[in-house]
Amino acid sequence: MPNLVDHDHSLELLRQMLRIRRFEEKSAELYSGGKIRGFLHLANGEEAISVGAIPALAPDDAIVATYREHGHALVRGTPMRALMAELYGKSTGCARGRGGSMHFFDASRRFYGGLAIVAGGLPVAVGLALADHLSHRSRVSACFFGDGAVAEGEFHESLNLAALWKLPVLFLCENNLYAMGTALARHQSQIDIARKADAYAIPADAVDGMDVLAVESATQRAVDVVRAGQGPFLLEYRTYRFRAHSMYDAELYRTKEEVERWKQRDPVRLLSEGLRAQGVLTDAVLDKLETAIADEIADAVTFAEASPWEPVEDLTKDVYTPGKV
Amino acid sequence: MRRFNATPASGPDRIRDTPLSESTFVGAGIGAALGGLRPVVDVMTVNFSLLALDQIVNNAATIRHMSGGQFSIPLIVRMATGAGRQVGAQHSHSLEGWYAHIPAITVLTPATVTDAKGMLLAALNEPDPVFIFEHAFLYALDGELDEAAFSVDLSHAAVRKPGHDVSLITFGGSLWKTLEAATRLAEDGIDAEVLDLRVLRPLDMPTILVSVRKTHRAVVIDEGWRTGSFAAEVSAQIMEGAFYDLDAPVARVCSVEVPIPYPKHLEDAALPQVAGIVQAVHAVVGKR
Ligand SMILES: Cc1ncc(C[n+]2csc(CCOP(=O)(O)OP(=O)(O)O)c2C)c(N)n1
Ligand SMILES: [Mg+2]
Repeated sequence: MPNLVDHDHSLELLRQMLRIRRFEEKSAELYSGGKIRGFLHLANGEEAISVGAIPALAPDDAIVATYREHGHALVRGTPMRALMAELYGKSTGCARGRGGSMHFFDASRRFYGGLAIVAGGLPVAVGLALADHLSHRSRVSACFFGDGAVAEGEFHESLNLAALWKLPVLFLCENNLYAMGTALARHQSQIDIARKADAYAIPADAVDGMDVLAVESATQRAVDVVRAGQGPFLLEYRTYRFRAHSMYDAELYRTKEEVERWKQRDPVRLLSEGLRAQGVLTDAVLDKLETAIADEIADAVTFAEASPWEPVEDLTKDVYTPGKV
Repeated sequence: MRRFNATPASGPDRIRDTPLSESTFVGAGIGAALGGLRPVVDVMTVNFSLLALDQIVNNAATIRHMSGGQFSIPLIVRMATGAGRQVGAQHSHSLEGWYAHIPAITVLTPATVTDAKGMLLAALNEPDPVFIFEHAFLYALDGELDEAAFSVDLSHAAVRKPGHDVSLITFGGSLWKTLEAATRLAEDGIDAEVLDLRVLRPLDMPTILVSVRKTHRAVVIDEGWRTGSFAAEVSAQIMEGAFYDLDAPVARVCSVEVPIPYPKHLEDAALPQVAGIVQAVHAVVGKR
């Protein structure tokens, strides 16, 4: 375990990871009960990434994420109520309920989705960074994407353009070793994703994505480079998803043993064990954290349940900006 | 209708898992076809086919003609299409009408189990690019597989229910909603004929015109957005070919022009539904 000197901080990291874990467990339950529909991609096992990475960003930095973005929005600070309501499709959701699980948006926190076409977010992050660059703002645009996205042309085009124009983009690859059922080695000739940055003369790093403290410090270093105006940075988080790609899949592409092996490195477990060894985490402390999280989730569910649906008459509202037509 | 299951017996050389590189794996399909193979490319859904549009529009659809007929591209591209599963705006597109705009390709929209199998088999004999759009809603349907599956034709629309009062013209996932609407209309004393277009390009206009000349009324049902929809094309061609046979303007039931929203009540409101089809038919038949 790395340095756990700042105990309060470490406990907060644990709390955030647990908050995501429990929120998503509740979501899965609600999905089985038919309250949440469509696709539901959970980040079970990958929580250390959003928890470690997002606090390294300033409040006015931008975030572009994928369909597996519940944790990112939670850590960014979008109220759990608005996220749960979005999963329900209620009008009080963070996107009025129109987006659902894959499409969280929060303009007040510069959270630009929740974009569900693989690699579709990378060029958008480049453009956000271009806007900052041209406006002489020293903001960072952070873009999360999976290992699968690395196979798309948009990944390569975005890295090249961001490097060419020295744009403040933080490319954050959540490498969980699979793109749906396709293992990394079945879709990449070079499985060391961080090395791809070399081709575009971009600095890069790879970090253990199960170790929240390592994620935190590596992301902080990367943010510093980008904010200093030295152009983009590619950071690869090596992680693993414990559950199916979306709610259900046959998981024929991996063995139970492999999943179990990775569960030994569950980020929640790793941090908890470290904190217990130092006497910081006790059953009583954990109980308190869990109870507060359970209360927050129960409140979010109550809120979502009680929230109204958007009226059907509003179906065509916001197709265009008001006043334009 | 079930998604075709490729068996590993065919071998990993012949059934390939690809990286997420739609433009390149569709383009490679074009190249492999030029190189003498007969590739079947599965791009999962129409939503992701957008990343391959350049290869489709600029290469697959041009090379034969542009080369003066020297090269053919016997390529099949399959994909799911359509909305109705609460998967939000980026995963709910119905763009087969767009594809039908493109000359030099064949666009198929199987709506029955027999067509799902038979069209794929028949497409294997086509010398030029064939695009097969399978409405995702159909994967959950069960149906009898007709022996005819081994020899379905790729040029004709099918009359799925004969009738005399109005022609309901549709394709793909909307066929089942339209048939249900026809059943309800029968209860109201309206005898609707239901046409399943099956092939959007080349379009079997003669079958449509025979039907419209008989019923004198037509409603086109299409899950695409109304403006520039395939329904607009069918409607225009009916006007061109059977204007004086019509007793009422051709009506269209299409999707509302919004990105498809996630919540069920809004998604339902955005898409063609049985009630809307029934209502449109009443409006058309009322104009006697
Ligand atoms: C362009 C595109 N092609 C296919 C899909 C279907 N799809 C959704 S997620 C996914 C796997 C993506 O894997 P990865 O980028 O590694 O992200 P992960 O799901 O592992 O977080 C696929 C193939 C899509 N959404 N977009
Ligand atoms: Mg992945």
